Amino acid sequence: MAQPVELPSKIEVGPVIDEGHSLASVSDKVAGVVLKRKITIGWIFGLLVAFSVMQALLGAATWLIVKGVGIWGINIPIGWGFAIINFVWWIGIGHAGTLISAILLLLNQSWRNAINRFAEAMTIFAVLCAGMFPVLHTGRPWLAYWLLPYPNTMWLWPQFRSPLLWDVFAVSTYLTISAVFWFVGLIPDFATLRDSSKQRWKQVVYGALAMGWRSSARHWQRYEKAALLLAGLSTPLVVSVHTVVSFDFAVAMIPGWHTTIFPPYFVAGAIYSGFAMVLTLMIPVRRFYGLEDIVTMRHLNNMAKLTLATGLIVGYGYILEAFFGYYSADIYEKFMILNRMTGPYAPFYWSLIFCNVITPNFLWFKQIRTNPLILWCISIVVNIGMWLERFVIVVTSLHRDFLPSSWGMYWPTIWDWAVYVGTLGFFMTCIFLFIRVLPMITIFELRMLLPGARVKEPVAQ
Amino acid sequence: MAEFETPGDLVAAARRTREAGFKKFDAYSPFPIHELDEAMDLHDNRVSLFTLLGGLIGCCGGFGLASWVEGVALPLNIGGRPLISAPMFIPVTFEMTILLGGLTAAISMIIMNGLPSPYHPVFNVERFADASRNRFFLCIESDDPKFDRQATAGFLESLRPEEIAEVAR
Repeated sequence: MAQPVELPSKIEVGPVIDEGHSLASVSDKVAGVVLKRKITIGWIFGLLVAFSVMQALLGAATWLIVKGVGIWGINIPIGWGFAIINFVWWIGIGHAGTLISAILLLLNQSWRNAINRFAEAMTIFAVLCAGMFPVLHTGRPWLAYWLLPYPNTMWLWPQFRSPLLWDVFAVSTYLTISAVFWFVGLIPDFATLRDSSKQRWKQVVYGALAMGWRSSARHWQRYEKAALLLAGLSTPLVVSVHTVVSFDFAVAMIPGWHTTIFPPYFVAGAIYSGFAMVLTLMIPVRRFYGLEDIVTMRHLNNMAKLTLATGLIVGYGYILEAFFGYYSADIYEKFMILNRMTGPYAPFYWSLIFCNVITPNFLWFKQIRTNPLILWCISIVVNIGMWLERFVIVVTSLHRDFLPSSWGMYWPTIWDWAVYVGTLGFFMTCIFLFIRVLPMITIFELRMLLPGARVKEPVAQ
Repeated sequence: MAEFETPGDLVAAARRTREAGFKKFDAYSPFPIHELDEAMDLHDNRVSLFTLLGGLIGCCGGFGLASWVEGVALPLNIGGRPLISAPMFIPVTFEMTILLGGLTAAISMIIMNGLPSPYHPVFNVERFADASRNRFFLCIESDDPKFDRQATAGFLESLRPEEIAEVAR
């Protein structure tokens, strides 16, 4: 057998997984975070903070159910407000997880193996947060099942030509498939946890979740096929979800929304914000759990490059939006873009340009891409920038459309903020629980990256 | 059951086991080894087939549901526009295709692998716990037509494994 081929990236920023790891050591290290590591004060503190913040969501949702959507800042003409801003923001964050788990799997990017589990978990929690907003925005969440096509006594059916219905299908499919993909990926790792744990109750719980997985070659063959198919199906799915979300806007006639660039521009923005969120979470986690040898500099570098690339696409989208406004020769479109840049919400627009157009350009420099602290700060700025983008799109188009007599202003109330901040608390609570009870790195895929996993058959017969 | 230290040894052993005419045997490894598919002659494509079927059902079901609702159940005449407006039904059709295709992929994989199966004799071997960590195993099952307690043990010995264990039923 020939010598294992040296990866070109090895020379560049370091290997996918640091030297000195064996099949046993990666298994023990990742499983050890769940099985052996003591619960630290830091984790309890973090969970408590996140859990307390989540109470804001509970309180605000309760008050919303008592009083109705009037407690929010929404009005006519700005009927969408925070609910849709945050819905789009959270859905976008989810997209990086599916990109990492599906598209990079199909492209054979083996560096993804160390981060896909975490990113998929982030996807599921983010989609859960996103899903709450439209449901709460209906004002009567207990009737949310009206969104589904089901036979009812009034023989009323949802409108299949409406992008809002497409959203229901796209988001629920996205959540289901992401969760299934995640669970399928977890089965072999549940088996590892079952076999490595010493306490009876852990063996029973992880054993039940592993469903009797016994690492058989016959099973692996079907398993790999199913994983590949799921990846193949998730790839168009992830693109479709944010496309459908962008249709919510693009199918409408409102100036600034009715453009064909929306689908690709939204998908790029989603991936951009998603990678930023992966960086925001992964940088502290790899530090606190000592996983720097598994989630290496190369991962941070690659994710930073993807953030830069998608950030540039988003920047291109902003330029085109302005150009369309000018080129349409339509007074409403022209006014919309001018109003966005110089009107009452101009500070939002220019902060968004700073966050999403200027900031990512720092990532051209390798020194910045390989500096976790600066990278983390940039990822936060990007997250804020993407939130501002959604604010600008939703609010500036609605608040001054065709007739000056129907113009208005939108300012969020304390309840808007409580719901939004509350979902952040929910999200972080889920993340804190996840890193303690499930292996945050796909162990079996990590094993495949090791030199010891290469097949070298003995020549003897 | 024979235990090996490297994936290469396992692949070689699996190939020799198949060439020796055994049918009911299985290899166990902590990660998928693609070379084993060829060495053990594994080519079960039914998961793909079921996924295709699931996807097609989802596709037809999604489009059918939309057409039936808009055309039959609740026809709304909006300016004389067609009731079956196919382009507008594509998003739902597409999402249903993915949903059913993905679900069948996962469920058919689990069912065809015989999961959940809480008990399996291989778990009786104490060292087998490492099959999900860093060890490689090959097990010839006693209901194989060629199985013979003495001869099969001798054959496993000839594969030069690290260790051999008999699996209790």
